[in-house]
Amino acid sequence: MATETLRVVCYVNQFFGQLGGEEKAGVGPQVMNGAVGAARAVQQALGDAGTVAATVICGDNYAAEQAERAVAEMVALVAAVRPDLVVAGPAFLAGRYGVACGALCAAVQAGLKIPAVTGMHAENPGVELYRRQVYIVQTGAEATRMLAEVKRLVALGLKLARCEAIGAPATEGYFARGVTRNVVAGASAADRAIAMLLEKLAGRPFASEVPRPAFPPVPAPRLAKALEGATIALVTDGGLVPRGNPDGIEALNATRYGAYSIEGKASLDAAQYDNPHRGYDTTWVKQDPHRLVPVDVARELEQSGAIGKLHETVYSTVGVATTLAHSARMGAEIAEKLRAAGVDAVILTST
Amino acid sequence: MTPVAVMVGANRIVPAAGIIHPLGSADLSPDDEKALRRRIVEQALQALRTEVAGPTVFTRE
Repeated sequence: MATETLRVVCYVNQFFGQLGGEEKAGVGPQVMNGAVGAARAVQQALGDAGTVAATVICGDNYAAEQAERAVAEMVALVAAVRPDLVVAGPAFLAGRYGVACGALCAAVQAGLKIPAVTGMHAENPGVELYRRQVYIVQTGAEATRMLAEVKRLVALGLKLARCEAIGAPATEGYFARGVTRNVVAGASAADRAIAMLLEKLAGRPFASEVPRPAFPPVPAPRLAKALEGATIALVTDGGLVPRGNPDGIEALNATRYGAYSIEGKASLDAAQYDNPHRGYDTTWVKQDPHRLVPVDVARELEQSGAIGKLHETVYSTVGVATTLAHSARMGAEIAEKLRAAGVDAVILTST
Repeated sequence: MTPVAVMVGANRIVPAAGIIHPLGSADLSPDDEKALRRRIVEQALQALRTEVAGPTVFTRE
């Protein structure tokens, strides 16, 4: 039976493309015929199933410092070869390389409609950035088991190129993409839950079907100046809004936040405020908004000189059933505005 | 909700007076309620001037 031979393009950095080390990290994208450097492992793993038609090589610094341009140039080089599959890396724990691998795979899939696969270590920043868009096979931190790991990349890549069904992340060895797929289970949910509980009670390993989201560690900033000279802002996820909710902040699953001036206010007049939050009984904070946003006390601390200044804008949103993605976006936007306004620290009151 | 704050990686966490009124309490007299609020805010300021390496809950001294 004749097997269709796939055309594959590999992407490697200057090191794995044998151009050189850090001294060559600034070189721009170039294409070479056939399998060059680490791409030879891809050819070996492909065997008769495919041919590495070309290898695209790009220096890590070039790819990191002008990412959009580098990716666009590499996509053009890939397009000219008209491959059936792109294999990027593996990048192991190399950060610049991993991010470039993810970006190229995402761009190739979106722009050229060509399947792409890459591989890297769990702590490579490329994983968090691209695992939702790109199949990223988990590898070790270093290239010591290169061929075995490339074989897994290629096996998954061949399935993608042949439009075969892709198994679960744990089966295929790629990082979960956040996709939920219906499957027919062999036992009912109750039976599976009891089985897991028994394993847990016996101290044996078990795999939850509902993994908790992983929260990456947040670096703890240090307050660079004394409180007496610092500008402090008040932020809340408890739903404080001016009467009439002018920004239309949602009662739950919020996508919006408001910026409300407290300039010239020694305290908040309950008659001027409202609260659309549907995640707790807001009766008491509507009676007295200071129970949520302590403007009265903060003003006194400003007057007495305990803090340098109270920031004149309060940011507020509703934190109930709010998606992680929207929370992260709103938090980043608010932080950006506070930083631009010269705020040194924030007291965020949460319900 | 401090365990949630720890889980998501908030670094300086001050337990407050409750979900329905984190910085107050309807059971207290107005003066006592404001004193409670002031204590929580001052503890937040104390937390801000404390260096931490990861999620830290500042319990009442």
